[in-house]
Amino acid sequence: MSDDKVDTGRRHFLSVATTVTGVIGAAAAATPFILSLKPSARTQALGAPVEADISKLEVGARMIVEWRGKPVWIIRRSPEMLKALPAMDKYLRDPGSEESDQPSYAQNADRAINSEFLVLIGVCTHLGCSPEFRPVPEAELSGGGFLCACHGSKFDLSGRVYKGVPAPKNLPVPAYRFIGPNNILIGDDTGASA
Amino acid sequence: MSGLNTWINKRFPLDKMMKEHVTEYYASKNLNIWYAFGVLALVLFVNQIVTGIFLTMNYKPSAAEAFASVEYIMRDVEWGWLIRYMHSTGASLFFVVIYLHMFRAMMYGSYKAPRELVWIVGMVIYLVLMAEAFFGYLLPWGQMSYWGANVITELFGAIPVIGSDIVELVRGDFVISDVTLNRFFAFHVIALPLVLALLVVVHILALHEVGSNNPDGIEIKENKDANGNPVDGITFSPYFTSKDAVITIGFLIIFAAIIFFAPTFGGLFLEPANFEPANNLKTPEHIAPVWYFTPFYAILRAVPSKGLGALLMGLAILVLFFLPWLDKAQVKSVKYRGYYYKGALALFVISFVVLGYLGLQTPTPVGTLMSRIFSVIYFAFFLLMPIYTKLDKNKPVPERVTFEH
Amino acid sequence: MLKISKLRLISLFCLMLAVPSMAFAAGGSAYMLKAKNDLNNTESLQRGAKYYVNYCASCHSAKYVRYSRVGADLEISDDELVNNLMFNASKPFETMQASMSTDDALRWFGAPAPDLSLISRSRNPDWLYTYLKSFYKDSSRPLGSNNILLPGASMPNVFWEIQGEQTPIFHNVEVSGTDENGNEIMRTVEEFSHFATVTEGSLEPKEFDLVVRDIVNFLDYIGEPVKVKRKKMGVWVILYLLILFGFAYFLKKEIWKDVH
Repeated sequence: MSDDKVDTGRRHFLSVATTVTGVIGAAAAATPFILSLKPSARTQALGAPVEADISKLEVGARMIVEWRGKPVWIIRRSPEMLKALPAMDKYLRDPGSEESDQPSYAQNADRAINSEFLVLIGVCTHLGCSPEFRPVPEAELSGGGFLCACHGSKFDLSGRVYKGVPAPKNLPVPAYRFIGPNNILIGDDTGASA
Repeated sequence: MSGLNTWINKRFPLDKMMKEHVTEYYASKNLNIWYAFGVLALVLFVNQIVTGIFLTMNYKPSAAEAFASVEYIMRDVEWGWLIRYMHSTGASLFFVVIYLHMFRAMMYGSYKAPRELVWIVGMVIYLVLMAEAFFGYLLPWGQMSYWGANVITELFGAIPVIGSDIVELVRGDFVISDVTLNRFFAFHVIALPLVLALLVVVHILALHEVGSNNPDGIEIKENKDANGNPVDGITFSPYFTSKDAVITIGFLIIFAAIIFFAPTFGGLFLEPANFEPANNLKTPEHIAPVWYFTPFYAILRAVPSKGLGALLMGLAILVLFFLPWLDKAQVKSVKYRGYYYKGALALFVISFVVLGYLGLQTPTPVGTLMSRIFSVIYFAFFLLMPIYTKLDKNKPVPERVTFEH
Repeated sequence: MLKISKLRLISLFCLMLAVPSMAFAAGGSAYMLKAKNDLNNTESLQRGAKYYVNYCASCHSAKYVRYSRVGADLEISDDELVNNLMFNASKPFETMQASMSTDDALRWFGAPAPDLSLISRSRNPDWLYTYLKSFYKDSSRPLGSNNILLPGASMPNVFWEIQGEQTPIFHNVEVSGTDENGNEIMRTVEEFSHFATVTEGSLEPKEFDLVVRDIVNFLDYIGEPVKVKRKKMGVWVILYLLILFGFAYFLKKEIWKDVH
């Protein structure tokens, strides 16, 4: 009968060991389920870089290409538009794009590799609506820019956000590079520099 | 913490339920491994629900996309292959566990009074589970899915007069099609799982009302101590929770071994023909239902008449409902029964396994003859039961359960 | 009693495990070669991928297989993928399409060439190995070739240059059977015996077998790209479960010391 004695120390150790091992196993078993929610190989393939042909883009106009399901804008800015940009700084929340999302080569005054061509992800940094393009100067948007119809956020023609609107940051610039005089590759910047 | 506990218990009988069903639910201390299959079935039910939800996130219930979406899960979705194999292996093991669970009930007379309703609810669960598996099997939209569903839905055509109308009603089309797939998907992922969940609760409540049977077939509630607790009973927790945990982990080892080393199980769990997309113009060379339906399929094929075959197949399942009343023995457990029942039960198991095997094979004259012989044995087990259980020389049942430490 | 029921349970499990082997031992023709392919042999798979592209991909697609996945699993660099394998694609993440369109297939071969993504699962490696080695010269067929394993196959012998041409030799065998009235009858049937060489191919027969084995190996791989990883992972999962089982078992024994 001696081995029938209850050994509380042993019992405690075994309870803890079983529970801890079991919990580790449960966590490990949950991992594949959570990871299965990530974008799949197909989604990643569909999210591969896209090429844009800018040869037919007129001065002052915008074209939209789809990358990872989001609108990417390419705006061909006129010299007048570019000239008006520095004057906007006083109205803006983050004129130097310090707090905003862009590759290093686009963190400059014009937020672009080639200042004539502005490339932006056309999704408002507030709650994800796609703002309207307003190339012509108007009241409260004196240099022209973008107006988000959802909650009234405003951006200038470099996608920089105005003060006093709900959007916290400038419109993001995606990774991109020129692969020819008239072709931009969006989503891939290997070899690109400021 | 205790404040929250009190707050909840004033509003919801949490402690009361825990006591009634777990910490103070008394079961006979001599329950053996056969009594773990209920818990294993519950484990598999949860497995099917969880993996099913994740599969549904990537599966497309349309004839044009279903097959490709399964391959998408197998290849492009991270870990999708594991989730899919857990679901497909779980489906087959669910039936293994349920069949062993039912066999336990037959061995120890668990269906006999006062547990008739536990048995009947269990049988309804079994029927719904078969429907659930049948609907699910169409979803991968492979050749076997398609032609299996075609053959089974065609069975309704055996019903006189309205048969062909019912077949069209079930399919929603003149053949198995996109429409059929879409509605089978609805049944598989929503309707039947809800019904199953409800029935499982009813099954367990009914069981806990009358108490679990045991390998001796003795009612432990008839022998109580001063506190009113059964002398031969021990509480579910911690004794059976700890025991079931060991058995469950052992079961998971088998489960994992199949998932990781033999997910198709030699073509029994995932058939080779189902890796070919459904083609409504070409039947595969050899078609058979999934293994868990084949005993009944063999009975269907043994009869050279569409109507009678379908009828006998249905009866083969329905007759199980009447077990509590067909069995006239005064004892429950096979331990104390005479040789008639022991022999009959052995023959029944043999006939079930042999029919299952024959149902997988292409029909041959010898196979058909064997199917007929074993179909007769299958039905004789039930139909002659009132006679042989009455004539049987049973042994005396002891007062207390047998328990060796 | 407890011991006996455990034994019974074990024998029942054994019976269940025996069923699949019985089921598939019964069917199956006498003529079947062994593929003996090895999924762990990366070099064989790399060669298989190259042969696949040369000999299969002009007619057959493997539309669930991405080049990038093949590259990652078989240790093939992106450059090699682009230069040696991707004749039908421009981006590595694309799936393996056939050069030939379905319409052309119908016109030239009378049937669409089946997609090969899952052919190793709907058939099996041994079958594929045997099939690919069993083409023979048959002038009665529209494309001049036939197959012993799949008579009337619409696929021509794509290996004729390296394999050479062969012709089957048959011998007569007596088989018993029953007629419609159930009477025992004996019939004489021609049974395939072996192949005789008609013309030599550019490869030695042994070298040719290796080419076919590599292709089958690749087909086996694309049937389930995760197979090798899955088995490796299974060892760890089961080791873990055994440890957990050990703890739970001794805990149960400890707790059950209360029960007398």
